[in-house]
Amino acid sequence: MSATTVAAPIDVDTAGVHARPGLGRLVTVELRKMVNTRAGFWLQIAMIALTAVVVIARRVFGDGADHTFAGVLDVGLQPAAVLLPVTGILLVTSEWSQRTGMITFALVPVRSRVLGAKLIASIVLALTTLVMSVAVVAAGVLVASPGVDGTWSDVATLIGQSAVYLTSGIVVGVAFGAVLLASAPAIVALSALPITWTAVASLSFFADAAPWLDTRLALAPLHQEVLNATQWAQAGTALALWMLLPLLIGIWRLTRREVAA
Amino acid sequence: MIKAEELTKRRGGRAVVSDVTFCCEPGTVTGFLGPNGAGKTTTMRMLVGLSAPDSGQALLFGERYRDLPNPGRRVGILLDASAQHAGRRGREALALSAQMMGVPVQRVDTLLELVGLDETVARRRVGQYSLGMRQRLGLAHALLGDPEVLILDEPANGLDPEGMRWMRGLLRGFADRGGTVLLSSHLLAEVEAVADRMLIIGGGRIRAQGTRAELLTESGTIVEADDLATLDAALHGAGLAVHAAGGDRRLVEAEPEVIARLAIANDVVLRRLAPAEETGLERLFFELTAAGASAPSPKTDPLHLELAGATA
Repeated sequence: MSATTVAAPIDVDTAGVHARPGLGRLVTVELRKMVNTRAGFWLQIAMIALTAVVVIARRVFGDGADHTFAGVLDVGLQPAAVLLPVTGILLVTSEWSQRTGMITFALVPVRSRVLGAKLIASIVLALTTLVMSVAVVAAGVLVASPGVDGTWSDVATLIGQSAVYLTSGIVVGVAFGAVLLASAPAIVALSALPITWTAVASLSFFADAAPWLDTRLALAPLHQEVLNATQWAQAGTALALWMLLPLLIGIWRLTRREVAA
Repeated sequence: MIKAEELTKRRGGRAVVSDVTFCCEPGTVTGFLGPNGAGKTTTMRMLVGLSAPDSGQALLFGERYRDLPNPGRRVGILLDASAQHAGRRGREALALSAQMMGVPVQRVDTLLELVGLDETVARRRVGQYSLGMRQRLGLAHALLGDPEVLILDEPANGLDPEGMRWMRGLLRGFADRGGTVLLSSHLLAEVEAVADRMLIIGGGRIRAQGTRAELLTESGTIVEADDLATLDAALHGAGLAVHAAGGDRRLVEAEPEVIARLAIANDVVLRRLAPAEETGLERLFFELTAAGASAPSPKTDPLHLELAGATA
């Protein structure tokens, strides 16, 4: 255990000393962070396991009409739809709650690059999860082989819409995490705000606006049916309010807030 | 290498760091000393861009930290050994940073071995680490990018005496090979043995800085004599600064030889004539930092003026 080993310079990549870590490398690091902690690892395992459970449950309890691809996908996406936003929140808030931000932002001082890498990594995770969920759903449909018409109708469109659904979900999580920078408040806000909003929106004078602003109403059809133009517009406005606005506030907060002392 | 220029940070209207200016050169270890809450951590956080100064600036290699393309490869930082994800394994925490700064992963094992964390410990989650293990992991992390500069906040915290001795050797070796080290401590003893230069902070202001010799020259010579009145008159007559130093003692800002000659010339018998060394640094440290939050401004603080004069 002599100090001389420290003297040995890193024998490769001396150019790396003056080269900014590329975005690709930062994205890989952020993906790694999502699964290399105890909480992160089990969150991903839980997501896959729960997907299998609900697909099997649908097979056991539903009837033929429920066993179409669309019918199984509707429930099969739910575990991912609930847990991905939590992953997104933790990806940002753990930098503060676990104080790893002192390392992350010391190694990459331009914080917007870190946030960018987190967003891209989140989208990659959402799409990977989608592939796994769709695989489980498709396997469930094949086993159930309902034999009703339209079992496999609109598969491509539904998968595309599901991609939007899961991706926006995890980005909303990242945005909420960046706004609050604390795990528990962000998770509570993410689950409580839409419920509160639904309650407010049920008041008659909000009834017309609700389908445009309530994410639960506006986004639910994404994994249930092929959207028409109005529904896309409604999904767009709801996401602008619940995803883009928090994301902008979050960028502002995350780049300014002092890292935990 | 490290340059702080009039760094100032206010929190809640109160300045926690005021006009902090210093410079750390390659090949030296600088001890950053001050009691808890004196502003050491805040200053170090400003050096590496984790905290934005309200005025002044910090430069590393002549650049702002955030403008360094890959800072982990040039500056090794340990600001808080507990700032690691509790649910991540020790080795994985290093591997993650190695990946981020583009360092080959074999270096992780080299450093784990260097800091004395064996394979069993490296496989455990950081949440189960003792403070001493975290400090070792933190040191490994700081050295991971083979940096030229080390900035370490209270790195000796939680280390046993053997660990402290080992760390001093490591830092000395690092500086002797041309590295620049800034390490903070609230304990004089931790820093004294390894630092070439010292930086004393109290109440958010730099109270004194210089080499050990420079700081101690200022603390002068302790004198005891049978005829204090005559000695005082002689010392004053020679234009030397004299301070009461408890009992019949005087602290004189002069070399022992100068005082001895004055004593002979004035027929005063000296009972004691000694450099104020052993106690000097400690006394200085306490005097300079005792004022704490209600620190006097440098203009009215005689010790500060003397010391500032010595280092200018």
